Amino acid sequence: MLPPLQDLYRIAPELVLCAFGMLVMFLSPIVPKARHAVLLAISLLGAGLALAATRFPALYPGAAYSGLLRADAFSLFVHWIVIGVAFLAILGSANYLKRENLDAGEFCALILFATAGMGVMAGAQELLTAFIGLEMSSIASYILASYKRDAPRSNEAAMKYFLLGSFATAFFLYGIALTYGATGTTHLDLMGPAGAQTSGTLLKMGLGLIFVGLAFKVAAAPFQLWTPDVYEGAPAPVTALLSTGPKAATFALALRILVNVEAASALWFWALWVAAVLSMFAGNLGALVQTSLKRMLAYSSIAHAGYILVALAAAAATDHPEAGIAAALFYLVSYALVKLGAFLIVAQLGGTGERHVDIEDFTGLAHRQPAMAACLSLFLLSLLGLPVTAGFLGKFYIFNAALESNLIWLALLLALNSVIGAYYYLRVMVAMYMREPKQEIASEPVPWTLSVVLWIAAAGTVYVGLFPTRVIEFAAKAALTMR
Amino acid sequence: MQQAFLLTVLTFLPVAGALALLLLRSEDHAWIRRLALVTAVAEFAISLLLLRGFDSAATGYQFEEFHAWIPQPPIHYHLGVDGLSLFLVLLTTLLTPLSILASWKSIDQRVKGFFISLLVLETGVIGVFVSLDLFLFFLFWEVMLIPMYFLIGIWGHERRIYAALKFVLYTMFGSILMLVAILWLYRVTAAAGYPTFDLAQIQTMLSNGTLALPIRTEMLLFGAFFLAFAIKVPLFPLHTWLPDAHTEAPTAGSVMLAGVLLKMGTYGMLRFCLPLFPEASRRFAPEIAVLAIVGIVYGALVAMVQVDLKRLVAYSSVSHLGFVVLGIFAFHAVSIQGAVFQMLSHGISTGALFLGVGMLYDRRHTHLIKEFGGLATPMPVLAALYLFTCFASAGLPLLNGFVGEFLILAGTFAKHPAWASWAALGVIFSAVYLLWSYQRVFFGGLTQDKNSALPDADTRERAILFLMAAIILWMGIGSPFFTSRTEASTQNVLRLMQRTQAYNAGVGHDNVKDMGMNPPATPGIGANSATLYSVASSVKSK
Repeated sequence: MLPPLQDLYRIAPELVLCAFGMLVMFLSPIVPKARHAVLLAISLLGAGLALAATRFPALYPGAAYSGLLRADAFSLFVHWIVIGVAFLAILGSANYLKRENLDAGEFCALILFATAGMGVMAGAQELLTAFIGLEMSSIASYILASYKRDAPRSNEAAMKYFLLGSFATAFFLYGIALTYGATGTTHLDLMGPAGAQTSGTLLKMGLGLIFVGLAFKVAAAPFQLWTPDVYEGAPAPVTALLSTGPKAATFALALRILVNVEAASALWFWALWVAAVLSMFAGNLGALVQTSLKRMLAYSSIAHAGYILVALAAAAATDHPEAGIAAALFYLVSYALVKLGAFLIVAQLGGTGERHVDIEDFTGLAHRQPAMAACLSLFLLSLLGLPVTAGFLGKFYIFNAALESNLIWLALLLALNSVIGAYYYLRVMVAMYMREPKQEIASEPVPWTLSVVLWIAAAGTVYVGLFPTRVIEFAAKAALTMR
Repeated sequence: MQQAFLLTVLTFLPVAGALALLLLRSEDHAWIRRLALVTAVAEFAISLLLLRGFDSAATGYQFEEFHAWIPQPPIHYHLGVDGLSLFLVLLTTLLTPLSILASWKSIDQRVKGFFISLLVLETGVIGVFVSLDLFLFFLFWEVMLIPMYFLIGIWGHERRIYAALKFVLYTMFGSILMLVAILWLYRVTAAAGYPTFDLAQIQTMLSNGTLALPIRTEMLLFGAFFLAFAIKVPLFPLHTWLPDAHTEAPTAGSVMLAGVLLKMGTYGMLRFCLPLFPEASRRFAPEIAVLAIVGIVYGALVAMVQVDLKRLVAYSSVSHLGFVVLGIFAFHAVSIQGAVFQMLSHGISTGALFLGVGMLYDRRHTHLIKEFGGLATPMPVLAALYLFTCFASAGLPLLNGFVGEFLILAGTFAKHPAWASWAALGVIFSAVYLLWSYQRVFFGGLTQDKNSALPDADTRERAILFLMAAIILWMGIGSPFFTSRTEASTQNVLRLMQRTQAYNAGVGHDNVKDMGMNPPATPGIGANSATLYSVASSVKSK
């Protein structure tokens, strides 16, 4: 028997993504290697249609499949981020795949499947459903990380990611089991006010284990050790995807649990506080000493996970978590735009085999490729949080949320970290603009596909930085619809 | 008369010029320079309209523009000028075309980027001076960092990268704490029921008692704002970035840095610290005054022993800006008038000094004093004009430096004779280091053969220096033109301080409904200061 039509509407984006993923898998052996552009085009169409299909859950909000999933403004917001990221990642990696002589079909299909998984995570209202989403996205990510099969570093990255990731999912799953034992349900909305036993040891352990699993996925300290190696070893477009989409989806899931399960906000507050501070310092101090831009960006993404955790801590600290949730969502948008753009620039400028990803290799880029240098500078300034970029407003909203929840120390530590961060972002700009290149690196022309992606990311960064009204209002609405 | 878009045009015209520059070919240096100059001159011409429409009797903001921008949290695009900011805007629009002229020949690498940075910098600085919304203010405050970073880092001298990074990191450290403080202040207004970032509205709320800051909060907020401004000024002991930034920056960068960027700090103290946090300002005033005096004396002493001419001028800025801070924190109508005047006159005279040093550098590519000597022989015109500027900077009567320092010392003396006495040392020292360095550079016999053939100032350089000299003289003998326009606003700063304090103490909490109404005039603020002030201005006008 088919499920009711409305339930299908509510998972329309995932259906589209999976259908196109399978279509691409099916076509990939048939289409000759020279025609791989076709597969890319189909995947892009799939991502575009999935983006359009978010109209359905927008029109029919509510719980689907007897409360397993929920279509609301919040899940819609996260869907837009993850599907948008997938679209841009596919478009941006078109040339990379050709250059590295990699198979486009599987690559795109895996991205589509991973994105479907992230979509499920964004809408999950029940822990096992969330787990399925998490696994869908994780397993696809493991394979993507090792996509350059003959590159040892790529394999090393995938192995590390897989082993540690499996542990983390095991923690997560065990946490679900314990939580179920304590509350008798896996439905998030039923765990909240109804459960009288919201303070038992079993529940605490369960929620703690869930926290560990999620913290691993967002690369928050002290569970961040895998991040630099994996981000550095994986093909750069995959890193672009890994550092944005899954992170957004996992934060969404964490927020969902935080808001719905009362015990979680009490129990997680200090965990979030500590993880935020540790991540900010681990990321920023680690990034200070990196010589590889790719690895530096990996460390910076740990720091940014810390910033978003500040917003989560702000949400956990109060009965009115809307400001914190909206700040986290806004930050995810601004962060996804620039991180995606920055890693794709690294993928392009690294050259065949990604040999030139050291900061040293970017010296004099402003002479060779002024447009790329300007673009990367814009992204770095946004990561740094200077005004007129989305990153500044993102930080502004996080500060605002933290102060609203009276987390003054956390706000001050965030401020301190912003200044530490400034040093290493500016160092890259020093290399690009202020030093003369030591060796001549041939600059490849920028393919139009990548140009489009970078234009979108740059224009989005500036637009959201100047006129954040739409994004922040939608984020605020999303925060309100969560319960 | 209120022009509706004047301030918006003023703020964004330079950026528009910069965008137009982007369209030119990078190799087309001549047209890039011309277009940049045309933009900057047009900007200056438009800024003169401010003078025409400015009502010097009004205490409030003029040429105001108010539009909704971001609804959540409520941020407005609110611009306006008053007596405090009017001349700072004019100073900026004056120094920018002069900087462009000064860089006409000396910048021959990456010309396009240079002039774009300079114009974007102008937008940032003007934005800082005309913003009346805390968020908008902060935005411009930070935006201005990036062009300055490039100006120092790309077109600077040997240790430019170190200096540029130091400049940005110092400033960012202060400003990020200010951002936290701005948001905190916003949260306080939200708790009072009227969430806003609008400076004028916050001031009204503080005046009529709708908003009352507990003293501990006030002191913390004051600390965060003050730190950001003190780094910018820079106040001793936060000044260490300044000599590096100045020495390594190209001439235009130094002129803008000394001429207007440093004033952003003292302007911020006058605009934000005093009116918003009067009680905290009073409590910290003695400590700040001591730091200012130490800065005055220490800056002068260190300037004396410099071997690098540009570094010497940089340290003289530390000393001169110390006077400004002292004048502000003496809380006397006359000393604050003097502080505002000193900001302008320092901008002109130090700007002129840097321009002169830059001209020497263009000829010899060094700033070291020992490389020069006896330069008055090959270049009499440059030497004469440089001497004139030195006199102005040292505070010779009839020139601009005297007016500011005199007013500051007179006002400070009326309240704190000891402070004024110590600070007066700086006046003496400044004559020592400026004239001694002048003597070593320009007088005596030629010490180096290669200096004998140096060309004297050409038409372009003469035009720049003569213009500066004329302004120096005009400010010295025609100071009432300036002080009459800044007077109402400086009085207003003091009035805002008093009213706020009275209401903080619990007087008149029943006036909650007064939001937006004009405050009744408080008689008797500095009634005795008015006499002193009129004495001072009559002395100057003679």
